[in-house]
Amino acid sequence: MKLFEHEAKALGVNFNLPLPRSLLASTPDQAREAAQSLEKPCVIKAQVLVSGRGKAGGVRFASTPEEAYQIAKILLGSDLKGEKISKLLVEERILSKKELYLGLVVDRSKCCYSMLASSEGGVDIEEVSEKAPEKIVRREISPLSGLREYEAREVAVKLGYTGRQLLELTSIILKLYRITVACDGELVETNPLIETPEGEFVAADLRILIDDSSLFRHPDFQKRAMEMTEELKPIEMKAREKRLAYVELDGDIGVVGNGAGLVMATLDMIKHYGGKPANFCDIGGGASSERVSDAIEIVLSNEKVKILLVNILGGITRCDEVAKGILAVRERTGVIKPMVIRLVGTNDEVGRRMLVEAGIESFESMENAAEKAVELASEA
Amino acid sequence: MVILIDSDTKAIVQGMTGTQGSFHTKLMLSYGTRIVAGVTPGKGGFQVEGVPVYDTVNEALHGHEADASIIFVPAPVVRDAVLEAIGSGLKLLVIITEGVPMKDAMEFLWEAERSSVRIIGPNTPGVITPNECKLGIMPSHVFKKGGVGVVSRSGTLTYEVSAGLTQSGLGQSTCLGLGGDALVGLTFVEALEMFKNDRETDAVALIGEIGGNAEELAAEYIKATGYPKPVVAYVVGRSAPPGKRMGHAGAIIMGRTGTAESKIKAFESVGVDIAEMPNDVARILRERLA
Repeated sequence: MKLFEHEAKALGVNFNLPLPRSLLASTPDQAREAAQSLEKPCVIKAQVLVSGRGKAGGVRFASTPEEAYQIAKILLGSDLKGEKISKLLVEERILSKKELYLGLVVDRSKCCYSMLASSEGGVDIEEVSEKAPEKIVRREISPLSGLREYEAREVAVKLGYTGRQLLELTSIILKLYRITVACDGELVETNPLIETPEGEFVAADLRILIDDSSLFRHPDFQKRAMEMTEELKPIEMKAREKRLAYVELDGDIGVVGNGAGLVMATLDMIKHYGGKPANFCDIGGGASSERVSDAIEIVLSNEKVKILLVNILGGITRCDEVAKGILAVRERTGVIKPMVIRLVGTNDEVGRRMLVEAGIESFESMENAAEKAVELASEA
Repeated sequence: MVILIDSDTKAIVQGMTGTQGSFHTKLMLSYGTRIVAGVTPGKGGFQVEGVPVYDTVNEALHGHEADASIIFVPAPVVRDAVLEAIGSGLKLLVIITEGVPMKDAMEFLWEAERSSVRIIGPNTPGVITPNECKLGIMPSHVFKKGGVGVVSRSGTLTYEVSAGLTQSGLGQSTCLGLGGDALVGLTFVEALEMFKNDRETDAVALIGEIGGNAEELAAEYIKATGYPKPVVAYVVGRSAPPGKRMGHAGAIIMGRTGTAESKIKAFESVGVDIAEMPNDVARILRERLA
């Protein structure tokens, strides 16, 4: 789950991270008042979850409260890369001598957090890591001992700082680590961390991703995740309510299957035969007929879908339950779009008979089913 | 010899009294797996399918000898259950539970490493050595004893590929799921190493997917060791958009890492055969083993 910048910074405040002074505004008048009270030139930042906000015009400078008002008037309610802007962060503008990068990421191959730091911040850090890996300091953190103070200090030394600045930077690194652990971060980064002409450090931006699997112990985030999440389309939100793994794609063949790997394989196969999948939808293991109908209904609610392809390899999922679910959708919603069903595994004979009796063709091989679906989609 | 588990393996089930735990205890027992005891805190003294349940792992191991534990406890308590099993001296843990927080996984995976405990999962369908032992939730009828080792990040695809192998007359030595999470214990490299040393394994089917770089590391390993047995790789997620989780917590392309193309390229560059579809795995292996 992605946090909004203002949510991330509210967390940062709790941990005494040095941040620019800022105020949240949801009307142009509030933006003007905020700029007035900051008594400085401001940055107006759209609070959206899509990435690439700056390049899309979501970050603007205002030298007077009146300018802040005008910018807010333009931004609020407008659309930024498909996401509606409803809040702005009005923040004092920080002068910069140098921009750094500090981040904590989940290192999948070492199974731990790794600290990444670079004295070349402010840009896409992945690009730096590809083109000039020597400019990135990387340090694994043992989950058993946590980040020790001297380890943080060593990172700060490698960034080239000494004296008071070294101690200050060490303390910022430790704070970022504490935030990461406290909120079950999947990614916590400040980019840029600004070094001001006076030699102070200020985290101008703070980006936090929370591990979705940890939300049960962060009720506030969990509540927010259900209300408003990153880049989710309406159908994706509906699927989330039903606890279905669903991702919308841009093709015309709707897909429902059991198991993430099998569904991914189904999408690849559609592509292989020259078709385009409309979505990823995994009903998981042991699905009831209701769950199958829910999934199919959600997939079919996407207007782009011309054909439905259901791919079930039943283990703990029972094929008769699946067939029951398929037939229930037809009954509930009237005759709908053509379906291609692949049904094998537990109770498949019963399930297939139920479908045949209802006049629905079913396949044993997923290759044949995918090919048929692509053929029907190209005719439709 | 096979790998990880065989007919001598004795196991306990942590979370035996839950819906999943009791259901699969029954299925594992009927497959012939030697389940000797169960553990559910607060349910000591109960029985599931005639198997005694204890409150703690230590109590269970006091009266029963066991080598492994299969874990079904809910995600919020997996961390404690795994640390308990490690503390009791068990050396093989299979974690079925889905949705384990990454921070918890980091901790128990490092603890396991320190104690030389092997962890499979979390979010794995488990491991099966056909006709000998099943520590998992897979539908056992699709597997048949034979010479192909199967290692996969996905459950249903393991079944799909194994069913295809079985149908074409190729049985399996051991089939295992590594787990669909971003952070898991056993890796492709370790599984390949075990299959290399296993006399009953003639070839390996490796099923990968988007996210992370475990497949790339496997390709490097295959090259570095001049891997002596045929390997066929099937990688899914070619049509997955970046930044979206495709069902599995670990199946996500982050920035530029974790694409199917990168993994397929890595395998091709070291001479590993690539299956375009699940059924290609059996077809290619038949040719290679002919």
